[in-house]
Amino acid sequence: MNSIPNSFKAGPDERGHFGIFGGRFVAETLMPLILELEQAYKDAKADPKFQAEIDRLNKDYIGRPSPLYYADRMTKRLGGAKVYFKRDELNHTGAHKINNCIGQILLANRMGRKRIIAETGAGQHGVATATVAALFGLPCTIYMGATDVERQQPNVFRMKLLGAEVKPVTSGSQTLKDAMNEALRDWVTNVHDTYYIIGTVAGPHPYPEMVRDFQSVIGKEARAQMLEAEGRAPDSLVACIGGGSNAMGLFYEFLDDKDIKIYGVEAGGHGVETGQHAASLTAGRPGILHGNRTYLLQDADGQITEAHSISAGLDYPGVGPEHAWLRDAGRVNYVSITDREALDAFQLCARLEGILPALEPSHALGYVTKLAPTLPKDHILLMNLCGRGDKDIFTIAKALGQNL
Amino acid sequence: MNTPAPPGHPGQHPEAAPRRPRERSDAKVGAARIAQRFADLKAEQRAGLITFITAGDPDIDTSREILKALPAAGADLIELGMPFTDPMADGPAIQKANLRALKSGATVAKTLALVRSFRETDTTTPLLLMGYYNPIYAYGVHHFLSDAVAAGVDGLIAVDIPPEEDDELCLPALRNGMSFVRLATPTTDDRRLPRVLEHTSGFVYYVSMAGITGVGKIDPADVAAHVARIRKQTPLPIAVGFGIRTADQAAAIARVADACVVGSALVDRIAEATAAGGGSATVVNAARELTSTLAEGVRRVVKAATDKGAP
Repeated sequence: MNSIPNSFKAGPDERGHFGIFGGRFVAETLMPLILELEQAYKDAKADPKFQAEIDRLNKDYIGRPSPLYYADRMTKRLGGAKVYFKRDELNHTGAHKINNCIGQILLANRMGRKRIIAETGAGQHGVATATVAALFGLPCTIYMGATDVERQQPNVFRMKLLGAEVKPVTSGSQTLKDAMNEALRDWVTNVHDTYYIIGTVAGPHPYPEMVRDFQSVIGKEARAQMLEAEGRAPDSLVACIGGGSNAMGLFYEFLDDKDIKIYGVEAGGHGVETGQHAASLTAGRPGILHGNRTYLLQDADGQITEAHSISAGLDYPGVGPEHAWLRDAGRVNYVSITDREALDAFQLCARLEGILPALEPSHALGYVTKLAPTLPKDHILLMNLCGRGDKDIFTIAKALGQNL
Repeated sequence: MNTPAPPGHPGQHPEAAPRRPRERSDAKVGAARIAQRFADLKAEQRAGLITFITAGDPDIDTSREILKALPAAGADLIELGMPFTDPMADGPAIQKANLRALKSGATVAKTLALVRSFRETDTTTPLLLMGYYNPIYAYGVHHFLSDAVAAGVDGLIAVDIPPEEDDELCLPALRNGMSFVRLATPTTDDRRLPRVLEHTSGFVYYVSMAGITGVGKIDPADVAAHVARIRKQTPLPIAVGFGIRTADQAAAIARVADACVVGSALVDRIAEATAAGGGSATVVNAARELTSTLAEGVRRVVKAATDKGAP
């Protein structure tokens, strides 16, 4: 970026571009539906009844607003900035993913779609999608990489209990990227009646914008809650980044508060230097995948390489295009935390705060444990605790060398 | 003779299938080579056969030999797939072909080398590269286009670049004298068609069904209705693909379209022959046989001289 834009909140443009990122790189079969979806979302945004219905379900069904929690013992242990958690792990279904699913299922309903599909990595988006599909009485198929089906068994069973069909994907690396390929293949085949609930701020326009909007309730609530708790806005924000929906949900509200420092934490896997990681903003280059241009893990020939993370929800070789743009614009600092650091943070949080965070926000917390001690005691640091860790106990036990 | 009639059906329609002129030293290139081929097909009063294979499948050397064998076996135009790890619009057959090709070391540069090698002996059969955008973007669009033109590529089909992103690759390709062939689908309604057709050149590729490659069954009556709908809006030739596996299906589509595209069936045949383990020559023969069979299907149909294709 040569110059700082007037606002970091103005994107995307009418073609769905955030600078050079984003766009609509999909097969022609999907284009008419993508355009229809864009129009339907515009109409819905202009309809007060649509927002009123989201507000009602957010409150009565999800349990919003999620609490803002001052993590006193964590703060004292780290010895620096005051650490606050935005408790989105207390939402119905145990993560932020439901915020987006409520918005999209209402939109699918407005569009008269009769069948729901979704991709999932950790299974949190799959559970949230299966939940809203049950709530609206629609059949639902969830695509999940076979590797992830194996490591996220509790969520697979949850989805089945909710009436969803879970299809293990055995192509490619058998993780989130391949689940998304397979969901797109389903969509292109059943384009006449199917709505695809994408779980993150990626995919073709209007998904990145739409998912961000549905998640931005996190940041809006956090600002009001922090004002009440501390009389002012936070000084720093920290959130983990896979596709980046919980992070956009927290960050978006504060992008134009130029004094607020913002940190996005990618999965460093075994370490960025090992090549086995999921840190596309740190170590990738711009490319085109899953409908948008963004930073991707790829080889010199433009072939997508496999991501690695202990966290299935971060195990994706791309990232939402708005993050790519915010990176290049220098507005958000993107950093990485390794599997080991995330595990350490998980255990610290369990013992100090009595909270089992999911492995995804454990990455954010891993960075908080590095950052907070370097900051003064009057510095307010807000982290998005975007999911609960119950789903991860088997993975964590294995990583800690214990048998359950 | 560049493209003899396939074995078994010589001279079936002698008047309808005039021999093509021998290769000339002033052979056309790029978009003009494609236009020439469709003009020739029209003169021969028949539809064309377009065969798709993936570059580097099952390995680089074998795919070079297959490529060289296709025109003599009856392929009128060739689509050469550029391998990609995440072929989102493709079914299992072509997904696997992509993986075999990548495993054999296929890259964009090696794909272009295959085209150069093909052009050493064939300067009249149009060749289009078909694939996804990222490998081209990684190579560099400008660099890619100049190398592709130099190698003898005549056109591009980019699955994941709709007209909304025309300035990415379509318009630069046209400026380089290449055709950019766009896909029209059952969901491309009459209101959207002009947008899809706007910068399409060479021919229009009608995708016969909403779905991925190689899994559905083609419905000739439905295809006929859509082709008629598209013809109202463009003078370009119309090729039809997705779901054509047999000579009979090729014949049925040849009645309504200007060309039939066969991909997954050929790729499946290559995969079977490779798995059977007879070596490179066996695989090339298998591809040649299926191409001849399909060419026979296409050539069963004598088309009227005036009412189809470019005026």
